[in-house]
Amino acid sequence: MQALHFDIAHMIDALVLMMGFGLLYQRRLRSVLRTFAFQATALAAAAAWQAYIQEAPHLYATAAIALFFKAIAVPMALNWLVQRLGIHRAVETALGVGPSMMIGVVLVALSILLVLPVTENATALTRESLALAMSVVLLGLLMMITRRNAVTQVVGFMALENGLILAAVGAKGMPLVVEISIAFSVLVAMILFGIFFFRIRERFDSLDLHYLEFYRGERQ
Amino acid sequence: MTSFVLQVVQTLLCIALAPLVTGLVRFVKSRLQGRRGPSLLQPYRDLYRLLQKEAIVADSASWLFRFAPYVTFAAVWLAAAMVPSFSTEMLLTPAADLIALVALLGLARFFTALAGMDVGTSFGGIGASREMMIASLAEPAMLMMTFTLSLLAGSTAPAIIGGFVVGGGVGLEVSLALALAAVVMVAIAETGRIPVDNPATHLELTMVHEAMVLEYSGRHLALMEAAGMLRLLLYMSLIACIFAPWGVAQPGAGLGGLALGFVAYCGKVAAMAVALAWFESMIAKMRVFRVADFLGGALLLAVLATIFLYVSEAV
Amino acid sequence: MTVIVALGAFLPLAVLAIVGGAMAAVHRVVYAGCFLAAAALALSGLFFFGGPAAPQTLVLPFGLPWLQAHFRLDALAAFFLIIVNLSAAAASLYGVAYGAHLPEPRRVTPLFPLFLGGMNAVLVADDAFIFLVAWEFMSLSSWLLVLSEHRSAESRHAAFVYLVMAVFGTFCLLPAFGLLAGAGGGYAFDAMRASELGPVAATLVVLLALMGAGSKAGVVPLHAWLPLAHPAAPSHVSALMSGVMTKVAIYGLVRVLFDLHGEVAWWWGAVMMVVGGVTAVLGVLYALMQYDLKRLLAYSTVENVGIVVIGLGLAIAFKDEGEAALAALALVAALYHALNHSLFKSLLFLGAGAVLTATGERRLDRLGGLLHRMPTTGTAFLVGAAAISALPPLNGFVSEWLIFQSLFRGPALAHWTMKFGVPVVGAMLALAAALAAACFVRAFGIAFLGRPRSQVASGAAEVEGAMLAAMVALAVLCIGLGVVPVTVTGAIAAVAEPLTGVRLPTAVGLGWPWLSPVSSIRGSYSATVVTLSGLALIALTAFAVRRFGTRALRRAPAWDCGHREDIPNAQYSADSFAQPLRRVFGTTVFAAREQVVMPPPGDIEPARFTLHMRDPVWDGLYAPLARVVGRLADLVNRLQFLTVRRYLLMMFGTLVALLLMVAARQ
Repeated sequence: MQALHFDIAHMIDALVLMMGFGLLYQRRLRSVLRTFAFQATALAAAAAWQAYIQEAPHLYATAAIALFFKAIAVPMALNWLVQRLGIHRAVETALGVGPSMMIGVVLVALSILLVLPVTENATALTRESLALAMSVVLLGLLMMITRRNAVTQVVGFMALENGLILAAVGAKGMPLVVEISIAFSVLVAMILFGIFFFRIRERFDSLDLHYLEFYRGERQ
Repeated sequence: MTSFVLQVVQTLLCIALAPLVTGLVRFVKSRLQGRRGPSLLQPYRDLYRLLQKEAIVADSASWLFRFAPYVTFAAVWLAAAMVPSFSTEMLLTPAADLIALVALLGLARFFTALAGMDVGTSFGGIGASREMMIASLAEPAMLMMTFTLSLLAGSTAPAIIGGFVVGGGVGLEVSLALALAAVVMVAIAETGRIPVDNPATHLELTMVHEAMVLEYSGRHLALMEAAGMLRLLLYMSLIACIFAPWGVAQPGAGLGGLALGFVAYCGKVAAMAVALAWFESMIAKMRVFRVADFLGGALLLAVLATIFLYVSEAV
Repeated sequence: MTVIVALGAFLPLAVLAIVGGAMAAVHRVVYAGCFLAAAALALSGLFFFGGPAAPQTLVLPFGLPWLQAHFRLDALAAFFLIIVNLSAAAASLYGVAYGAHLPEPRRVTPLFPLFLGGMNAVLVADDAFIFLVAWEFMSLSSWLLVLSEHRSAESRHAAFVYLVMAVFGTFCLLPAFGLLAGAGGGYAFDAMRASELGPVAATLVVLLALMGAGSKAGVVPLHAWLPLAHPAAPSHVSALMSGVMTKVAIYGLVRVLFDLHGEVAWWWGAVMMVVGGVTAVLGVLYALMQYDLKRLLAYSTVENVGIVVIGLGLAIAFKDEGEAALAALALVAALYHALNHSLFKSLLFLGAGAVLTATGERRLDRLGGLLHRMPTTGTAFLVGAAAISALPPLNGFVSEWLIFQSLFRGPALAHWTMKFGVPVVGAMLALAAALAAACFVRAFGIAFLGRPRSQVASGAAEVEGAMLAAMVALAVLCIGLGVVPVTVTGAIAAVAEPLTGVRLPTAVGLGWPWLSPVSSIRGSYSATVVTLSGLALIALTAFAVRRFGTRALRRAPAWDCGHREDIPNAQYSADSFAQPLRRVFGTTVFAAREQVVMPPPGDIEPARFTLHMRDPVWDGLYAPLARVVGRLADLVNRLQFLTVRRYLLMMFGTLVALLLMVAARQ
């Protein structure tokens, strides 16, 4: 029974990782945001499952925060902003989708290689979730580096943070998780809007009206 | 002797079932789109009608054009007959090696692509070149999935892998899930379903598979279409045999076991057909050059699946 | 010893060709003689496996004054004798007819037997002198053959690059043998087997052997000469260079790494696997981008050499980690692939030669529709293309199946580098295999299918009987080696046994037609069963179609969605076929950029499409190297234009410097 519990936990963790790859794969902002919402939902599921198998009720709070805040509120807000400010809908990449996914796989291999010797004493079960969480963190970083747009950078940052929470909920007896996750989320929100308005202003300075109309026409 | 009889039954079963599965997918899809849709038996009628029609062959076609449908059909049929469906006790079960299956499908593709180029039309060329581009990524993904399974179950034969899974040799593995995701993506691409290709389209520039068989008619077209239907069934059987092997009759099972295996197999295939129709109704076809990203993703997933085995298992 | 007699026959044949080169009949006689000698050598290789597999040695009193020439025929040499001489016999038979079509047969015929003799002598050499002399013989005679069409600047350039790389290869092999001989200086291979190597020497030997033999085999990044030189030679020589000479290089690699050296560290296996993987993928990507049929084939040789090197590297890693059975499996797979490649690549080059004879064209975009006009050549080429694309039931698939089976056991290796590296190399191999299929659909589809794209293609006619016989024989071998794989692996297992210490069981558990080299459940393949059931299903299908359908057939113009198109150039071209793959892979690997200039509507300017591609290896490695060498040469060149007084000054300065050194040492 125990083994099955862990297997399910790993499955959910892997889902979070897959969504991390999904973020790299998407080429449209909308899809990026939708994928991010899925990732946050998976994260909430992971936290809830850990709460159930570890019998740690405070993790339910973490799950709820992740669900409401990251899976619903943030994507909605970002979507609204994207629509409102008429940002170019395509993801601007500094590195193509194929190569960045390939680097992503290398990063996953790297985190497995790193986690394996460090957790020699830990059971195979914890090291798997640790490796998964670390991969999610690295993929988030990769997304921030390889995607140019402000929105995608924010999403990358939040994906990175998802990885951190994933690592925290996977380890047993982490009482501060709730507080940390709230703190992080608030921080993220701050950064999110901060960078966002900054970048948008920057953009408005450089874009003239004609250019905007051009984009609107294309959008229909 | 039993294995020979079962093999013959299986060979005839897949040819009998393949049009029905395609019919089921079309039926469910049309219901989801709010149409009544054709009868479940329509694909059989289509194939029979095509067989009755005179075949028209282009002036510039060589012998290869007329030969290719037979090779394509027989290769896919053989591949489909080798994958255990309701029983693993079959004459060709030892030949049903995943690498060989991939290569048999490759043989079918090779001849289909050549047939597409034989008449010397631009559409045939478009289809062939796109098909080979898709295959160049789908095939490696399949082989890497085979790699994962061979590491996990110690075999490249689907029957043995299935036996391993059903015998409880493996729990809910992350690697298995990744491999499943990869094989589903490959299956979608290889059977020419949305979002990679659209089996219903005849819009010239978006066709892939349809463009290759554009010049075919009559019995040749019937064989090509039947090969397509068989390929769909083959991938479904493969996924069922490896990832959901429950109910498959093991060697030595009696008539009851075989009947159970048959019912389970039909149930699995029907469920997959409904799921496919549902998925196809939800999604739009992607641009041709996104297919490379999609299948590259499948390949990377399969590689990841292998790598993940090292964390979870003491391989 | 029959081998030496047959070897000796090549020399008089060459002399005969020189003396009687003016008469056309002499050329035919020489090629026929080569055919007989090669057939005899192939048979003696085969008989070796029939009899008791004890090595035969022979010492002849010639060579350097104080040394004798050692020859030895063991299982490895016998196996490679078969590889070399099957294709050599076919190429000679082909030459009987093809030799007369050449513009300057007198520049080719005398060298052809010498080239064959050189390659065969490498295989039976049992000391470093004979090996290197034979190796150089092979290099120089093939260099002269590349130069046979010396009037084209392209050929001259190819020959120059080839000569530089051949010199580089020998330059690497020479110290490798020196190190193997060690302080004792035993240049016979027996002495080398016995001698112990220090850690530095052991590493250096592997590196030098990899560079020396690898440059001849065409391993990336030392492949640059291969796609230039192989196509430049006459086609039957191209077939030998690509199909056979690369195998002689592989033989050198196996001989040094598995036999003479014996204890190569596992990480060299890892290096070789990575190099092999990169070679395979890059080779086939290059091949996909080529417009010239023979150059496409040459690049595909690079790919296949990469596949063989992957197998060899895996065998080394397994062997060093004590997995002898798996090492034997990987080695058998690699050797099987070498044999297969020699057959289908020779076949394809001979086919390209037939196309060249019939049309005078090598450019794919000027061919098309040849299957109608050259049915036998076309069908043989189709068999070769299917075999090289690793399609069952042909031979290419069997060796690839074996390589995959041994790769899938790669994670049995203890080291983490291998655990993570093996899947990556596996993905590269799978990618290369799939791209090879695309490459040969393109090659066959553009050249032999469709409608003729030029006048010469529409006027082509089937070639002479001897050429057809050679191609058909090779095609039959490709099918035969694919359908009875267990028999072949059984023979190759005898080759691998002395090198790995284990005899690979070929059919565990399931019996004869089932190839299941490790255990009956790990995976099994039976080409015999698959072929028979496939044929049965084809027959059944044909019967059913006749029974339930109509047999009516009508010829009509192509439908093509209603776009009736009579211009042959409107067909898909070689370039357009490659475009999707170029977009996927070419943008990163070759920095491929497409540029379209579309004139505005109403303008009568034609639209223009330009494609820019860079060769990463050439631009990244050879061009800078050539620049450095050129700059150095420029510096030295200045010395050529000095006044007499300055030359005297330099001599004087040198003399004083030497005297100073002598003084300082005292």
